[in-house]
Amino acid sequence: MDVSQYLEIFIDETKEHLQSLNEQLLVIEKEPENTDTINEIFRAAHSLKGMAGTMGYKRMQKLTHQMENVFSEIRNGAKKVDANIVDVLFQCLDALEEYLACIQETADEGDNDNEPILKQLETILNGSAPKAQAEVSKETAKESQKVETEEAKEKYKDFVYADFERHAITEAFDKGINVYTITVFVDENCLLKAARAFLVFKSVEGVGEIIKSNPSAQDIEDEKFEFDFSICVVSKESLETVLTVIKNVSEIADAIGEKLESIPGDGKTEDSENKEILPAEDEKKPAAAAAKAAPAKSQTSKPIVNRSVRVDIEKLDVLMNLVSELIIAKNGLVSQSSSEEISQSQAFNEQIEYLERVTTNLHESVMKVRMMPIETVTQKFPRMIRDLSKKLNKKMELYMTGEDTELDRTVIDEIGDPLMHLLRNSADHGLESGEIRVRRGKPEVGTVCLDAYQDGNNVVIEVRDDGNGIDVEAVKNKALDKGSITPEQAAAMSDKEIIDLLFKPSFSTAKVVSDISGRGVGLDVVKTKIEALGGDIEVKTELGVGSTFIIRLPLTLAIIQALMVELGDEKYAISLGSIQIIEDIPVSDIKYVQTKEVVNLRGNVIPIIRLDEVLDIESSDEEESLTVVIVKKGDRLAGLVVDKLIGQQEIVIKSLGKYISNSKIINGATILGDGEVALILDVNTLL
Amino acid sequence: MDNTLKLESTIEEKQYIVVNIGVEQYGIDIGYVDNIVRMQKITRVPKSQKYFHGVINLRGEIIPVMSLRKRFGLEGDIFTDKTRIIILKPEQQEPIGIIVDVVKEVVTLGSGEIDKVPSDGRDDIAKYICGVGKNNGGLISILNIGNVIGDNQQ
Repeated sequence: MDVSQYLEIFIDETKEHLQSLNEQLLVIEKEPENTDTINEIFRAAHSLKGMAGTMGYKRMQKLTHQMENVFSEIRNGAKKVDANIVDVLFQCLDALEEYLACIQETADEGDNDNEPILKQLETILNGSAPKAQAEVSKETAKESQKVETEEAKEKYKDFVYADFERHAITEAFDKGINVYTITVFVDENCLLKAARAFLVFKSVEGVGEIIKSNPSAQDIEDEKFEFDFSICVVSKESLETVLTVIKNVSEIADAIGEKLESIPGDGKTEDSENKEILPAEDEKKPAAAAAKAAPAKSQTSKPIVNRSVRVDIEKLDVLMNLVSELIIAKNGLVSQSSSEEISQSQAFNEQIEYLERVTTNLHESVMKVRMMPIETVTQKFPRMIRDLSKKLNKKMELYMTGEDTELDRTVIDEIGDPLMHLLRNSADHGLESGEIRVRRGKPEVGTVCLDAYQDGNNVVIEVRDDGNGIDVEAVKNKALDKGSITPEQAAAMSDKEIIDLLFKPSFSTAKVVSDISGRGVGLDVVKTKIEALGGDIEVKTELGVGSTFIIRLPLTLAIIQALMVELGDEKYAISLGSIQIIEDIPVSDIKYVQTKEVVNLRGNVIPIIRLDEVLDIESSDEEESLTVVIVKKGDRLAGLVVDKLIGQQEIVIKSLGKYISNSKIINGATILGDGEVALILDVNTLL
Repeated sequence: MDNTLKLESTIEEKQYIVVNIGVEQYGIDIGYVDNIVRMQKITRVPKSQKYFHGVINLRGEIIPVMSLRKRFGLEGDIFTDKTRIIILKPEQQEPIGIIVDVVKEVVTLGSGEIDKVPSDGRDDIAKYICGVGKNNGGLISILNIGNVIGDNQQ
């Protein structure tokens, strides 16, 4: 039995428990009397301790053990939850996370004992008078129980020795080595008895040699024993040492034993009788144990586990590529079928349509497999905001919606840091301090919101605060100071352009650099990262009211539904998700506002973008009416003028590679049914 | 011993694909060459670097295609039925195509047959050349592929 194979599971489960502890602690901080939550916490801490012990992580176990003690006090009502306790407990969680990180990297917990935290826990434990009393009464209760069971405990006396074992014992006697018989009692709440027994065996083997066990080693490994087992040990160490070694294994309730002076069994030929009595005794115990275990089990009932298979993300990538190839091949078939006369039979077309449906569904299924709810990254934010709130000494609340919005796995992996950055930004720069807020007539507690939702083929994540908003003048002055812009430029720049300066590298308006934000490595990194994911970010802000950072990410990174259009003799694809409507607009309807072309469409004034100019295509002769594709980005609209519409198509996005740069308006390329390459327009950069 | 000697002598020699751009002959280390394909429809990419002609579809892969003529500052390409796209696949980089007027032959040149060119930097083309080889009385400029495909201009 080797524990390393459980390492992955251990890491995953520990993460889950830590996350749940984090969440529950946040709850309990607000509702100190919530017994359900307290129980939940206690269980999580208990499982953590058990798991750490099983894996042999002693430091982790020690820490969780102390935490559990504190929780247990809280549960018993001997201790009230206060800010101090919660703070210390949060520190514990951080320490545990450090252990976990260390284990993840090296399979070892490291050598940080976290003494200060342990001390603090101890102080909390000792600080409560009623607690000590409870402990004493518990102890006495235990004591009396012990006395009662003492008799039944000395099971090591029931050993039956085979000839070769006797031989081994005699040999030990001859050499003057001690022989002990020991009975080990496993904690009745222990979930992995076999693992415990294994650890006991392992640690005993460190000080001596086990020559016999009852039940047999095989049975113990298969967990075919109740809460105790007996071993016969040959060791040079004293009995006390051996017993201490055993007791050091976690969840071992007790170990008793004695030194063997003569070979038993010689006189004990009536073993069989003894054996018959034993089961009778044993039966009593399990009954009691079962009675105890039953409520314990129902308490520890875990949340319903999803039936799932863990798949390497690379395998999914391969699958996705294959689906992409299939769609290209299908598109080829479709274009063949429409161009060649021979294939105009009804049946052929039906099959093609069927194939199309299947490939579309296949694609969607693969996409779904790769999707994960954004919750996996957002769940750590409440804790972060709490810590920030303490650190910055500002009162704030985080409200999150749409955590179940799903995103591609690759995006999920990358989006955590940028979001964290934005939240920190809002907390640090955005929200004013309490006094200022009160003076301004705002609620003292600041609000930070994180909203995620799907919008067409995009997922939008908004980070919003009701703080000060961005001071455009301050940004402008800062930029002037730094020499990033000239005074002439500054005068000509719109507010929006100035705010965009914030996304330039090394730009921070915070007057004081803190370790939370303000080093000027923030927003530009956020922007780069989001653009690398094929998304974009914008800011809306109102001085004194608050600001909103809006992140827009593509739902899928590989295959989209697109509208194919023609410009001159070139073909372009526009993502269907961003298209609002397609209109024929007479040239005479186009008006000019500030020398820019606009059209008034059912009350909406929409700017017109001549794609042929943007894309350096020789413009065709002006016709009487223009085909305009109205696209939207958030609540903004624009009309893209195209020469001709080709139709809707499912396209596979391929990267243009690293060599070709400077073309942000082009999102990528796709291969059409006839093998030709068409470029994909990034509508978001056009707006 | 014999083996090592042989190895050493072969290391000295390299094979080059000889291509014509205008009237000049250029040599491309065959180790970089992945493929040579006929001229095909190239999709223009707006707003890209001037020397990029666009992208092509090579068996389902999108590959950017560069015009060596434009890269060297020569006048625009004239495509004939001899025009070829040489697909280069430098180690650990994505493939890239370069357009050449004619692909002539493959020659083997020993390092002794290649003269280093003084990089005086005055000539625009000089940085793309890493040596001049002699073959049958003709001169072959050996291309410095790293510089040709690297984005060190504009």
